[in-house]
Amino acid sequence: MKILVCISKTPDTTAKIAFTDNNRKFAADGVQWILNPYDEWYALVRAIELKEKDPATVIHLATVGLADAEPIIRKALALGGDEAIRINIDSTDTFVIASQLAAVAKEGGYDLIFTGKETIDFNGATVGGMLAELLDIPFISLATKFELNGSTATVTREIEGGEETDEVNLPLLVSCQKGVAEQRIPNMKGIMGARTKPLKVVEPVSVTALTSIVSFELPPAKAGVKLVSADQPEELVRLLHEEAKLI
Amino acid sequence: MVLVYIDQYNQQIKKTAFEAANYGSQLAAKLGTEAVGLVLGSSNNDLASLGKYGLKKVYKVSNDALNQLDTQVYTTVIAAAADSLGADIIVLSGNVNGKAIAPRLSARLHAGLVTGAISLPDTSQGFVVKKAVFSGKAFANINIETAKKIITVSPNAFSHQPGEGSAEVADLQVNVPTAKVKVLSSQVASGQVPLSDAEIVVSGGRGLKGPENWGMIEDLAKLLGAATACSRPVADAHWRPHGEHVGQTGGAIAPNLYFAVGISGAIQHLAGVNRSKTIVVINKDPEAPFFKAADYGIVGDAFEVMPKIIEAVKKLKQ
Ligand SMILES: Cc1cc2nc3c(=O)[nH]c(=O)nc-3n(C[C@H](O)[C@H](O)[C@H](O)COP(=O)(O)OP(=O)(O)OC[C@H]3O[C@@H](n4cnc5c(N)ncnc54)[C@H](O)[C@@H]3O)c2cc1C
Ligand SMILES: Nc1ncnc2c1ncn2[C@@H]1O[C@H](COP(=O)(O)O)[C@@H](O)[C@H]1O
Repeated sequence: MKILVCISKTPDTTAKIAFTDNNRKFAADGVQWILNPYDEWYALVRAIELKEKDPATVIHLATVGLADAEPIIRKALALGGDEAIRINIDSTDTFVIASQLAAVAKEGGYDLIFTGKETIDFNGATVGGMLAELLDIPFISLATKFELNGSTATVTREIEGGEETDEVNLPLLVSCQKGVAEQRIPNMKGIMGARTKPLKVVEPVSVTALTSIVSFELPPAKAGVKLVSADQPEELVRLLHEEAKLI
Repeated sequence: MVLVYIDQYNQQIKKTAFEAANYGSQLAAKLGTEAVGLVLGSSNNDLASLGKYGLKKVYKVSNDALNQLDTQVYTTVIAAAADSLGADIIVLSGNVNGKAIAPRLSARLHAGLVTGAISLPDTSQGFVVKKAVFSGKAFANINIETAKKIITVSPNAFSHQPGEGSAEVADLQVNVPTAKVKVLSSQVASGQVPLSDAEIVVSGGRGLKGPENWGMIEDLAKLLGAATACSRPVADAHWRPHGEHVGQTGGAIAPNLYFAVGISGAIQHLAGVNRSKTIVVINKDPEAPFFKAADYGIVGDAFEVMPKIIEAVKKLKQ
């Protein structure tokens, strides 16, 4: 059983969001980078759990990014990945990213590929579906549960206002969200071991981007809160009805 | 031509599909072309009424195999439909199904994709679509460089209100491949407004002390036809189901009105709700960070304030 987990780096959730270069670039100076929470907490941890059940399982990690992604790759190795591959290109176009991952995945011949639900910086939720298409394998998105029985997976996915449970044979790509697994903290043994685990750097395949970022904008500042006295909550209801016209 | 994929659940058209139809037809008008709809599988709706959302024609591929989503099958069918109709722009709802289908379709057709559009594209220079990024803390304007284009429309960002008109309904013959995904079961909580669809959301946090106190959240939601939500610790403690958790690691919503009761307003919570058009905060701590993001607020004890709000809404609704 070979599993590929696609991991990406993203600004820490509390990072200040600002832009440079005429609002064309994210101001990355001084930003703390973390492993994208969906990739770490759900996709990677579920892969590790599968390996704990079946020690013959091998977990590879793949990141499309420059050398500054290596700390997050080491963290994922510390949590429990066996080997990592970094594809040496920086892109904001998800088709370029998915194409790089597809090249690695074809080479590796994986039974199962996990991605996170989305990256919390660009919120695309697109790399997983594109990668599945490039590999011509089934794709279950927004999984909340994943079980494996031999080469058959049972996956529960979010649907609007509920859940659906699907059955599908491997090979398969699943995008993971809350419910699939629980967050873990790397232990000392994992951190020490991660230093010597293989991290291979490969050069990108040549792909033309389908999209480009023209500019970023910050949302307009809020006008400020209108406070209503706690003695007269009915005044709030009146404002929402007459002024905001929302109820 | 603009092709709008009309999303259904249980053979019923979703609210987000009406939003996508309105978006698609306004986009077509802007480009001086026509918008048509595509319905997959059987439908209990009167498809001609999709004309009220500006669609001139609605094509249906009536094959029961399409009553369940398999992204490979859907991609093949939508791509074939776009090809035979000569559509160069495909619009889908940015809901759970749109997230599953659109990326595949993008790779299949080599069509640039922007997910979660919040306004019509700016076509003065290229084809620039605006979407929320950094969990709602910023917006990006993204140009689609390819001739074929795909857009998913962020839920609740566009009107779902009908206008006038009637669409011609026609069958479309498309080869439907065999599904590899088998649906074993599905459940949707009945009688409740799905969170992603809701125009009003009433949400509770740890300030409510325990699951036994959620009656006031549910009562207010019911009166307002609203959905209920909660902060992450509330879902983690199993006071409320996980599906209700909003924020960085939960759902991201953009209702017209978000009521936050006993929620501090941590940045990770705001990440899921800061695109709400109006935010009302009820918190006993005047220093709670949520007040900075709020439009209306009451500094007070939820256990005293909420029953009075419920009474006032009851009166209003009489
Ligand atoms: C990486 C990461 C991701 C996270 N993702 C999420 C996420 O997706 N969603 C999320 O919600 N959180 C998330 N969190 C957690 C987040 O940081 C906060 O801890 C959480 O939102 C706090 O929940 P709360 O406001 O309900 O509880 P608290 O912080 O405990 O706040 C309770 C509030 O209730 C008020 N209160 C108490 N009693 C009353 C009363 N009687 N009447 C009125 N008000 C009262 C208090 O003044 C206080 O402001 C994440 C954290 C991290 C690190
Ligand atoms: N640069 C990247 N390298 C590796 N995996 C990525 C990268 N970007 C995105 N992914 C994966 O694709 C998922 C969805 O990302 P996105 O489509 O950008 O929202 C993420 O949760 C990751 O698992």
